[in-house]
Amino acid sequence: MTLVTATERSAQGAPRAEGDRRPPDRGAWFLVLPALIPILVLSVGPLLYGILLAFTDAQSGRTRATQWIGGLNFQDLLHDTLFWESFRIGLVWAVGVTVPQFLLALGLALLLDQDLKLRWLARALAIIPWAMPEVVVGVMWRLVYNPDAGVLNETLRTLGLGDGRDWLSGLSTALPAVIVVGVWAGMPQTTVTLLAGLQNTPRELHEAAAMDGAGAWRRFRTVTWPALRPVALAITALNFIWNFNSFALVYVLTSGGPGGRTRLPMLFAYEEAFRYGQFGYAAAMGLVMVAVISLLLALFLVGRLRDRTGGDQA
Amino acid sequence: MRTSTTGRVGQYAALLAYLVFLAFPFLWLVSTAFKSPRELGSLHPTWIPRDPTLDNFRQAFDEQPLLRAAGNSLLAASAAAVIAVLIATPLAYVMARRRTWLAKAATGWVVVSQAFPLVLVIIPLFLVLKNLRLINSLVGLVLVYVVWALPFALWMLVGYVRAVPTELEEAAAVDGAGRLRTLVSVTAPLLAPGIVATALFAFITAWNEFFFALVLLKTSDKQTLPVVLTHFIGAEGVADLGPLAAAAFLATLPSLIIFAIIQRRITGGMLAGAVKS
Repeated sequence: MTLVTATERSAQGAPRAEGDRRPPDRGAWFLVLPALIPILVLSVGPLLYGILLAFTDAQSGRTRATQWIGGLNFQDLLHDTLFWESFRIGLVWAVGVTVPQFLLALGLALLLDQDLKLRWLARALAIIPWAMPEVVVGVMWRLVYNPDAGVLNETLRTLGLGDGRDWLSGLSTALPAVIVVGVWAGMPQTTVTLLAGLQNTPRELHEAAAMDGAGAWRRFRTVTWPALRPVALAITALNFIWNFNSFALVYVLTSGGPGGRTRLPMLFAYEEAFRYGQFGYAAAMGLVMVAVISLLLALFLVGRLRDRTGGDQA
Repeated sequence: MRTSTTGRVGQYAALLAYLVFLAFPFLWLVSTAFKSPRELGSLHPTWIPRDPTLDNFRQAFDEQPLLRAAGNSLLAASAAAVIAVLIATPLAYVMARRRTWLAKAATGWVVVSQAFPLVLVIIPLFLVLKNLRLINSLVGLVLVYVVWALPFALWMLVGYVRAVPTELEEAAAVDGAGRLRTLVSVTAPLLAPGIVATALFAFITAWNEFFFALVLLKTSDKQTLPVVLTHFIGAEGVADLGPLAAAAFLATLPSLIIFAIIQRRITGGMLAGAVKS
């Protein structure tokens, strides 16, 4: 913020080279166009086209021309129990991953902010889930969950905790099993973000609070959390969206099975579009996903903003 | 700040639990990759392979065109990274330095683009690329990856640009350097490390990407590494564990190495982009 205002002030006041007196908004086009054109052509354009498609009966490999059918796709979606079931699973998955991910990451970030001996190792290890291709994460956990040759069942057997099971194929265990993987995969990024937020908090505040006799919990509540809050809110909202829209991890782990118990909305839409060729219908699904998620997020953020005591700002 | 001894013990216990949670799946992957078929079939799998072997790697290369897939991945990811950074840097500069409506719109796009489910973008892109005969082509994939890498690249680069003091640019202007000259000879060198970090990060995201590659690439001679990896898992979900583990281990190495090098810069850039906007 301060940096920008300083720029603006000097842009008005400071002496400038001859021929550079045009208002600062001009002449930036040659800097902007190289990125702007691909963004418009390959991102904004397709997005708008995608929204249009949701109102058509577009299908793959058909000779008849695509027709505008208004809200028919949405009417069908309203009655599509399979879609709403996958939507429900998507919400359970997104909340089930985002919340533990945040709590664990917060705990780990607070630990790594302390003067502990092994923290370099934790930082080094955190790279693994973060940098790994999602496909590899999925493959890896399939090996862990493998009913016969997997480390999880072997550990349970050694500890005498049952004979183990096929976690990813069990109707009741599949979703929890993939949620654990989701938490594992996204935790490091959240941790590192929170840790960076923690390290932006002035040390003196902590020390002053400690001098006043505040315990660890009091210090966390009165000093750490208020400073961390904007970063925490932003990363939680983003994690929720990313998780809700995720695809590769669960595709590799279960392909949506068993019996659709882990069929996230993106998997459903993918199958609808690229297995059954229902482009219009799948686009409508995407649009419903955006709408509902935006609404949920808006409610979440508005609620968070309202219960914030006035005065401090993000 | 002093912490009690019990507090310390608790902290170390918690840290240890985290370390185990973070490390064990990866150690298991590595262990599986080096196990002999006999040991993989054993009912009591061990952590450390009793007679470690490279057979799984050999078999993995025999079963699937891994080298070719790695080549495709390398090509697509490098091209996407270079192009994305080349076009993102100037825009990021404008976004960081000016408060025009355009800069605001670009920032808005960066934020909003994170929220859209990819399916809403991939269906129209699929149709467009099909008309351009760019399905099952790495060129089409690179185009998609460039735009896909842009939001994050912009986000990071804006942070890096903000970290360059405007005073330096103004001093150059006072010395009579034109705007372009200032950009090229003052700003660019200071930005270079950030640009490299951004490019490497874009490379990793493209190297790891799966969804677009799955949809756009049809034949195995064109497919990238993540897509080919899934071929090791059969239609019924039955997998040849050894080669699968070996191939997965290989596929992850480049990202791990690059990421280890640039990790600190990424967080710095991300946070600078996030906090100061």
